[in-house]
Amino acid sequence: MALDKNGIAKRIAKELKDGYYVNLGIGIPTLVANYIPSGMEVILQSENGLLGIGPFPPDDEVDADLINAGKQTVTAVTGASFFDSSLSFAMIRGGHVNLTLLGAFEVSEKGDIASWKVPEKLVKGMGGAMDLVASAKRIIVAMQHTNKEGESKLLRQCTLPLTGVGCVKRIVTDLAVVDVTENGFKLVERAPGISVEEIIKATEAPLLVEGDIPEMDLS
Amino acid sequence: MNKVVKDAYEAIRDIGDNATIMVGGFGLCGIPENLLIALSESRVRGLTCISNNAGVDGFGLGKLLNTRQVRKMISSYVGENKEFERQLMAGELEVELIPQGTLAERCRAGGAGIPAFFVPAGYGTEVAEGKEVREFNGKMHLLETALTADFALIKAWKGDTKGNLIFRATANNFNQAMGMAGRITIAEVEELVPAGSLDPNCIHLPGIFVQRIFQGSNYEKKIEFRTVRST
Repeated sequence: MALDKNGIAKRIAKELKDGYYVNLGIGIPTLVANYIPSGMEVILQSENGLLGIGPFPPDDEVDADLINAGKQTVTAVTGASFFDSSLSFAMIRGGHVNLTLLGAFEVSEKGDIASWKVPEKLVKGMGGAMDLVASAKRIIVAMQHTNKEGESKLLRQCTLPLTGVGCVKRIVTDLAVVDVTENGFKLVERAPGISVEEIIKATEAPLLVEGDIPEMDLS
Repeated sequence: MNKVVKDAYEAIRDIGDNATIMVGGFGLCGIPENLLIALSESRVRGLTCISNNAGVDGFGLGKLLNTRQVRKMISSYVGENKEFERQLMAGELEVELIPQGTLAERCRAGGAGIPAFFVPAGYGTEVAEGKEVREFNGKMHLLETALTADFALIKAWKGDTKGNLIFRATANNFNQAMGMAGRITIAEVEELVPAGSLDPNCIHLPGIFVQRIFQGSNYEKKIEFRTVRST
């Protein structure tokens, strides 16, 4: 069965390593914070000036001065720090953030990503996404494999305005884990109960399939 | 030297039509509420606003949009504002979208006397159109220019009579870099104290960058998305 958003987040949490500084985008990536393995220390960076995002506050501790990049009220963990936007992006641009997780409308087989604009429909702006994808050491995209119309979001070429070029390394969807390689998309894992054929069918671009493809470990 | 003014109305007295202003804040967090109210009540028109976001309907910069005082917005993200979208789609408002980190650095550079710099953000996208591209260390970069403003409107937690400022939590955001980049920087603070009351070790923005300061009042500190955990 295709994974729900929490399933995707759970699988992505397996990519975390102790000591990682991670920037979580809005949407599914935010959920990853709920699945950080116990005993592992991962420090979450928020582009609006917080290193060490904590959980949502209890009702009586809500602080309007303390929000995440999605403008949600949050807390700061012990050992957190605050800073201004230019320093925040110095962390990002300077390559100090180990891992960036973000959503996307489309990803191409060359690792291009489109995530910020649908011409004549939606122009909200890129926020920090262009800075993040241009500079992060490792970029993983979390998204549905197909859009609401059932069309593949893994394409030979993006059709929407780009956020960045040649930057995505791995995609985790409701159906599969796919890597971007020099030879295009390569299937790495299947969602439980999803066949290789189903994944190929949902992928517009060619998909390299080598040997037996294991199911995702969601334990 | 007297930087202290009575209130927001006195602080914005010489902002004229077609001025370029920077407005600090991220969403509604850390916005100069008093200054924006005073500006929306003024008759100033044709403003170019450099601000990460555009407020929400009827609050923050949203007030200036409702009163049609803004000609152009320079921002990174402008969601959560229906009137903004309407004016944009109707061609009544000019908008320039800039990657957030580039926007912050362009403000900082403007205040730091750096006319231009190279960054990788936006390479290969429509943001790169018309910009010089250069390769450094095997990676492509865009030439971005500094931003300055006639006035920077910023908000801090504490400030002293010399204009030294301390921000609180994530309400700093763009206030610090924009505070550096205003030809006249106006700071409103939640608590204005006599010089000497703030620890010099803890100043975020030194007073040299701040020309006017006043104690704000009636802060609403609206929250866009109030998220809580059950206890």
